[in-house]
Amino acid sequence: MAGIPVPTGRAAANRRAPALMQGLRSGDTFAHLFTLLCAASILLVTVALVQQLYVNSTGALHKFGFRFLTGRTWDPVSGDFGALPFVYGTLVTSALALLVAVPLGVGAAIFLSELAPPRISNAMTFVIELLAAVPSVIYGLLGIFIMVPFLRQYGEPFLKRTLGFLPLFQGPMYGVGMLAGGLVLAIMVVPFIISISREVLLAVPVEQREAALGLGATKWESTWQVVVPYARIGIMASIFLALARALGETMAVTMVIGNDPRISSSLFAPGYSIAAVIANEFTEATGDLYLQALIELGLVLFALTIVINGLARIIIISTTQRGSGH
Amino acid sequence: MKKLSILSIILLSAALVLTSLVAFHSSASNAAPVPAPDAIMLNGAGATFPYPIYSKWFSDYNKIHSNIQINYQSIGSGGGIRQLLSGTVDFGASDPPMNDEQLGQAKIKILHFPTVLGAVIPTYNIPGVSQELNFTPDVLVGIYLGKITKWNDPEIAKYNKGVNLPAQDIVVVHRSDGSGTSYVWTDYLSKISPEWQSKVGRNTSVNWPVGLGGKGNEGVTGLVKQTPGAIGYVELIYAVQNQIPYGRVRNAAGVFVKADLAGVTAAAAGYAKAMPEDFRISITNAPGKAAYPIASFTYLLIPTKIEDANKKEIIKGFLAWMLNDGQKAVEALSYARLPKEVVAKELKQISQIQ
Repeated sequence: MAGIPVPTGRAAANRRAPALMQGLRSGDTFAHLFTLLCAASILLVTVALVQQLYVNSTGALHKFGFRFLTGRTWDPVSGDFGALPFVYGTLVTSALALLVAVPLGVGAAIFLSELAPPRISNAMTFVIELLAAVPSVIYGLLGIFIMVPFLRQYGEPFLKRTLGFLPLFQGPMYGVGMLAGGLVLAIMVVPFIISISREVLLAVPVEQREAALGLGATKWESTWQVVVPYARIGIMASIFLALARALGETMAVTMVIGNDPRISSSLFAPGYSIAAVIANEFTEATGDLYLQALIELGLVLFALTIVINGLARIIIISTTQRGSGH
Repeated sequence: MKKLSILSIILLSAALVLTSLVAFHSSASNAAPVPAPDAIMLNGAGATFPYPIYSKWFSDYNKIHSNIQINYQSIGSGGGIRQLLSGTVDFGASDPPMNDEQLGQAKIKILHFPTVLGAVIPTYNIPGVSQELNFTPDVLVGIYLGKITKWNDPEIAKYNKGVNLPAQDIVVVHRSDGSGTSYVWTDYLSKISPEWQSKVGRNTSVNWPVGLGGKGNEGVTGLVKQTPGAIGYVELIYAVQNQIPYGRVRNAAGVFVKADLAGVTAAAAGYAKAMPEDFRISITNAPGKAAYPIASFTYLLIPTKIEDANKKEIIKGFLAWMLNDGQKAVEALSYARLPKEVVAKELKQISQIQ
């Protein structure tokens, strides 16, 4: 607020109404009012969302309390609902997605902004931004028809042969499962990381590069030791945006994750995510408690997103302070 | 001035959002387009399974009576029941009948009108096996409880002589989304197995002991087709239209029956004598040699008291038409028609609408 100058400020003290009119005529006050209204409505929508989620899940909240978060059973017949397998599935698939997508995305962004000839860079950026706009159901179909058979026949047997001593890569190989869910998410979020990271890297002042090169750094040294650290915060922001998308993704995940609410140490095993179970069971949910439990899952997902975003803020702030020496 | 304007803007925006919320709320509850002055519009919502035949019926009925328009939203059985109970639609539709708790919530007594029949079939993908397999109830329960885990299990082999069953692991596939198909399947398993009844039970979604979940008939079919050793269950109509191979199931009379429309109608006829007044009956595991055992009605849910006299007459007229002429159209869309006995009984029930 304080950053927006109000040109009529001094005059307003004496002649409020004419000043307002003048401000409206010149457009500044109007723009101020309008943009503030936009910002305030976003806040109100968020508050209304939380309020609605809370109000519509009170029965389940009271009945289960904290047990809802630790319960491992999801039984609509007996009315026993626990969210833990869904929270687990959501976190594991999102983490897996980032594990794959961050090196891939940041690497591609560095190539496109620093190393590639401009013509190639622009052409590829166009394709990547196109990928970001593909509906998630398409990624799900891609997952079902190409990735899942590939994982079952080649990918998972290979992982079992080479890394089978880890509990992560044991058990029957169905193709569908947490691994497939995580990989499909990785493919979906990579365009976000590339697209934003590239913009951020391009925004690094040329002087930074010239200074590094002038001090005798090679092209790669200047990129890796000067440009990337300079753009660090923007790259982090792209990763957290990707994470937010991964946490809430529904359609593509439910098509390949196996939809089985069980907690298993193996990535080959089927799992379930919060968004997927809500989408799957909401339409046919009969009975108040069942419906409330599903809405409470929405509340849990919301809380999870807030916690993770909060952690992201803390990481960004702490690294900014440490990195101020640059 | 600045403080004042910020405060007033926040209040203004709050008011705006509130009014838009209220407006949204009231428009959502009767989201029908405005009918022409002389036209009468009815709104219904519910099950997705009968949607193709319902939309054909409503459009055919509109051709006969051009002033009557019936809108149907296939939002799922659960949603249909909720909307009917909150009074936002003129009629509901559901695959499973309403339970006593739901009926207790209704301010006006609600009638069940069976409209068509559906069936659920087991489909499978066993490498090297192209024959139609015979499934006993015990085998289906054993597989879905996770007790029978190999295709060459003696329980399966006993009724499939001459089929070279491999020692392949069985991969169980079920629906991940809540659905009437799952309700019929689990209802059948509950009826034939006390263990299933106590451990799992019947519902549109259950806590499955084993298996992978696929979304929709197409999701289950996709998983079964792709996964060697998989077994799943899908709607008969879906299997017929997509030419998916499926197995025979042994019925209550001890005959292995391959599901077809006649067998499904026979299942309903098998229960015709035992049909309760309110039609709320499960017709799985029906008696009769020709009956296919995994079948069910789907229902229209109609309140007994309709204030608007015009709407009341339309609903009564439509029900009578649906039970006579309407039934002739169902088999073209692969639904099984109601047996004569049930139709006669439903025609009597129409008079209860006042």
